[in-house]
Amino acid sequence: MSETGSDIRSTATPAAAAPVSALWRLRPYLRPYRLQLLSMLMAALGAEAAAIAIPLLTKSIIDGAITHHDKRLLLPLGLAAAGLGIAEAALSLIRRWVQGSAVAGMEKTLRDDLYAHLQNLEPAFHDGWQSGQLLSRATSDLSSIRRFAGFGLVFLIITVTTFTAVAVLLIRLNWWMGLAASCMVAPVVVFCLRFERRYKILARRVQDQEGDLATLIEEGATGVRVLKALGRAPEAAATHAAQATQMYTTKVSMARLLGSFWSMLDLIPNAAIALILVLGALAVSRHALTIGGLVAFITLALQLVWPIEALGYILASGEEAATAAQRVLEILDTKPSITSVPASTANPPDHGPQRNVPAARSQPPPSQAASPARWGQLSFEAVEFRYPGSAEPVLRDVTLTVARGETLVITGATGSGKTTLLQLVPRLADVTGGRVLIGGRDVRDIPLPELRTLVGFGFEEATLFSASVRENVMFGAPDATAAQVEAALTAAQARFAYDLPWGLDTRIGEQGMALSGGQRQRVALARAILARPQVLVLDDPLSALDVHTEERVTRALGEVLAGTTALVVAHRPSTVALADRVALLDGGVIAAVGTHRELLATQPKYASLMTMEEVAR
Amino acid sequence: MTGEAAPQPAGLQWRGIAAEKVDDVSAPLAALLRRRSRGLLTDLLRPHKRGVMTTAAAIVVASLAALAGPWLVGVAIDQGIPPITSSGDAGPLTWIAAAFAVTVAVQAVATRSFVTMTGRVGQAVVLELRRRVFWHMQALSVAFHESYTSGRVISRQTSDIEAISALFEEGLDSLISAVLTLLLVGTGMLLLDWRLAVVVLAAFVPLTLLAGWFRNHSAIAYRRIREANSLVIVHFVETFGGLRAVQAFRREHRNEEIFDELSGEYAKASAWSSRLNAVFASGISLVANVVIATVLVYGGVLVIDGSMKVGVLASFLLYLQRFFDPLQDVSQFYNSFQGAASALEKLSGILEEDPSVPEPAAPLALPAAAPPAPAIPRSAASPALAAPPAPSSRTPATTLPPPAAATSSALPSFGRRVRFESVRFGYRPGGSGGSSPREGTAAVVLPDFSLDIAAGQTVALVGETGAGKTTVARLMARFYDPLAGRVTLDGVDLRDLPNAVLRREVVLLTQESFLFEGTVADNIRLGRPAASDAEVAQAARAIGAHEFIAALPLEYQTPVGKRGGRLSAGQRQLISFARAFIAAPAVLVLDEATALLDIPSERLVQAALRTVLTGRTAVIIAHRLSTVAIADRVLVLRAGEIIEDGAPADLLGGDGEYADLHARWAASLV
Repeated sequence: MSETGSDIRSTATPAAAAPVSALWRLRPYLRPYRLQLLSMLMAALGAEAAAIAIPLLTKSIIDGAITHHDKRLLLPLGLAAAGLGIAEAALSLIRRWVQGSAVAGMEKTLRDDLYAHLQNLEPAFHDGWQSGQLLSRATSDLSSIRRFAGFGLVFLIITVTTFTAVAVLLIRLNWWMGLAASCMVAPVVVFCLRFERRYKILARRVQDQEGDLATLIEEGATGVRVLKALGRAPEAAATHAAQATQMYTTKVSMARLLGSFWSMLDLIPNAAIALILVLGALAVSRHALTIGGLVAFITLALQLVWPIEALGYILASGEEAATAAQRVLEILDTKPSITSVPASTANPPDHGPQRNVPAARSQPPPSQAASPARWGQLSFEAVEFRYPGSAEPVLRDVTLTVARGETLVITGATGSGKTTLLQLVPRLADVTGGRVLIGGRDVRDIPLPELRTLVGFGFEEATLFSASVRENVMFGAPDATAAQVEAALTAAQARFAYDLPWGLDTRIGEQGMALSGGQRQRVALARAILARPQVLVLDDPLSALDVHTEERVTRALGEVLAGTTALVVAHRPSTVALADRVALLDGGVIAAVGTHRELLATQPKYASLMTMEEVAR
Repeated sequence: MTGEAAPQPAGLQWRGIAAEKVDDVSAPLAALLRRRSRGLLTDLLRPHKRGVMTTAAAIVVASLAALAGPWLVGVAIDQGIPPITSSGDAGPLTWIAAAFAVTVAVQAVATRSFVTMTGRVGQAVVLELRRRVFWHMQALSVAFHESYTSGRVISRQTSDIEAISALFEEGLDSLISAVLTLLLVGTGMLLLDWRLAVVVLAAFVPLTLLAGWFRNHSAIAYRRIREANSLVIVHFVETFGGLRAVQAFRREHRNEEIFDELSGEYAKASAWSSRLNAVFASGISLVANVVIATVLVYGGVLVIDGSMKVGVLASFLLYLQRFFDPLQDVSQFYNSFQGAASALEKLSGILEEDPSVPEPAAPLALPAAAPPAPAIPRSAASPALAAPPAPSSRTPATTLPPPAAATSSALPSFGRRVRFESVRFGYRPGGSGGSSPREGTAAVVLPDFSLDIAAGQTVALVGETGAGKTTVARLMARFYDPLAGRVTLDGVDLRDLPNAVLRREVVLLTQESFLFEGTVADNIRLGRPAASDAEVAQAARAIGAHEFIAALPLEYQTPVGKRGGRLSAGQRQLISFARAFIAAPAVLVLDEATALLDIPSERLVQAALRTVLTGRTAVIIAHRLSTVAIADRVLVLRAGEIIEDGAPADLLGGDGEYADLHARWAASLV
């Protein structure tokens, strides 16, 4: 396995797996950098070898040159030491230089993949997740992984190698002292294991708390107007402070744990050195060891200390990286439940049972051949939709056909499921029963990009992106000409865009110029119009417009809609005027279909939805 | 304020967030940023003086104990071994070994306590910083948020604060102990042998140059990293805030391109900074190793000449190792240090940013208006909102001027008088990042606007998009301050009212029905945190939201999910309406607050409004003229000026703008 980055998803053993195995599963992301990793490792090992060799040279200088008062030997040995030193520095330069770009690249790929994956997950997934939890995964968790991949991974290998090499050297210098020194590894391992068990829990808790905190921060930022309007900033700050305090508590327990861990890592090797000193002194006094040998031995033994300390650091950062990997995989392991054809046939349990699977599903769709006849026709067949985990379906049995070129307005009380019904068309959500057909093809059989080209959507709450007006309008039609853009803006009564400071190049959206609700809605409408879809789906597109503008838009929209199949949600008689036919949605079914006047006369419920008797007396 | 820049004295120019966009800063600016960051850090650390002292003491003890080791090794070689070899006397060596054992134990205890202490102090500082920044962000004006963008607000409080937290977690102790070790080891080496020490000190010439070079470059690198990081966050937040539109318009691919670019810039910035780091760290290694070789040769010569003992050379060599190791540590941790430093620069900038809508320095109390004005006026006339709770439970966490708090009771409200006195206002265009110095080019929305709304009056504002209706509403809620003139509440300039009082008296409800994480009840209670469950349900009933809430799986305790995902737009609007109803302010401003409701819901809301607005001042903006029916007075706005003003019936009778609007609207109903 593990050929490519996307591979890890198929090897998914969903969630719950141990953090370390989660980290291990991310290894394909390091694959493109294996040469770099290898060279890092080689350079690091070389540097470490040089660092170990220097004390050995020291020994020969003290024992050889100095003890024998041989000045001639001193210089070449000194030069050799300097040479080794330079080599060490050069190798460490190589290691760090390579490391920086390799792990930054890995983090980038991982972040890009996470982002792309999140974009492909259906809106229902995002509704169920706190946004801060997603954000903290894409930022702090990925940095934890990067830090470990760059530093921890290589050093884990180096530490172990260094330790072994030094231990072997020590044993060769003096076998019983060497053995005594190497034995200190046993208690260290015991402590590390105990530490790891406890640290793991805290690391995960901190990361989850970080996500919760990020959610509060995000709400505080995006909901600032509401908080201000109601004067609830103190309460929001209190909630935030309480959450931040929880994190403080966890972090302090983490520091306490680290404190005792580090002190043990200090204590054990230094105690070993003390022991070596005593043993060594005894050995020297019995002439079993030279003084130079003792100095070299202790210098070398000190080289045993840092791998152990580093091991603690690596362990801590590894633990963080592992739980971070676990959190990231929780996302990457979530398969989009709304996907293009192949995956949706491979993944039937979600909607399999209720699904009225056409016999010809897996053959090259014959419906395509049949489509010209029903081109542009939109139909709902016994559509049922229920939110996961809720007993009552929102839509229970919706059957409805919008003929080619027809404009059908759907109306119904607040919460009757109108918006839900619209979202089924471009598959922002999937039916839980029945099917939705465009031109005779089940929308689930149309590849997503194609489907979303066929269908244009105008949202109730207009979402504009941080980009120029032009780019915002051209989302659905990247190849549109300037004249087409102008026509769409004109139809949507959004010509005001030409008067913005930089005309159509003015940046709007979150990071750009703030537009009023009505202006946003008209730009979004122009976007839906410009896309020239076969099927246009509009969710209360005129709610934020004033009477004048609404009138003008309605008139222009009437022309645009003339040749387009359109499904429009409306609350107002003025918008209903666009309709060829009107459907009343009530209790999850289509209660009635007819013209505005027919329904007004025959359906008391419709009449109550559409008349404002109190005012229009 | 940032931005109104140009003619200001240098220095002031860089107040607040203005310096954020600058990548390669000039020397005086860098110094200013450093000073500002240092000021903030000192301020944050002040309450922890004792903790910092204890920590520093523990670090000193730990370092001293650690340094005693090599010295004791030298002593053992020179004075412990000879007695054994010569006379078999193990006494001196035993003592030395015992001393060594003690230092090891001391070192362990001190290490433990300083790691724990740094954690505690560091996290306390981080907690305080989080609270300050969050609070300050909430205090900053809407205008600030609109130009700074929520993504940046978020990234300041997430990744920037995390960078500071990381400094305390991994950086600070090694920095302190490194400096200490350098000093102590340096002294120790001087005492051991001054000639060798001079060799070592000579190494400081290249080291200082190297450090200077590194400091300059890495400061820039880290600024770049933080900026790139916040752009990544901004784009991330924006994408997933509008995911439905992203998917419906197949924006995924373009978004991936943009994200790839931003994330690539971030990766490049971090790679560059780690390269700087690579050069710095290996530079130190190089100098260190050359010095060790030199000491070895020179020391060897000295020993051979008999002017130095072997033990001294051994100690010296061991010390050398300790001398350069911390420098390596410093370079390792310079990462977190620089990261924290540039995060601190940005955060101190935010904290320095003055709210353009500031709290009054000398707040004025509202007059205890004619018939006794309650702090939270409450309509006894509204059956739906009867039985207010005990006065004390109303306003938690806010400090009120005593007179206002004292009189709060179930007395009927009479609203408050609102006056606009020759108000001039315009928005600044474009402005992202708050650094555009174009104050002069503000597009004027209200050239000279005067309006007097009597207490208890319900006024409808109508007019075309862009006429300035929303601006009037926002000025009333003090989202902005007028450029000239003033807005008063019962004669008191809004700028002189403490925020807590203003928000209690004036509530603005817009079309933006933002729901927060939590239950339906939590969201309604946002209007008045102390409200009981029964009151929450009453408010919901009053505006006709009870039915759909009761049908939810857990009724009022149903979590709304992110941004109220599962609720329809109309339902969300009803919930935010319930919020405003339960807040029951003296002045209620509704800006298109019913736009997304269906007609039956609007009818219910209107029926509720009729009772609730009795005895309250209200301003209603609505494109649907249905709402106007309940108004006492209608104002028609065009281009920031009032062109018609009168009772609805009177205006309807004439042939003015309103009569025309109404005719069109009535026609649209059928």
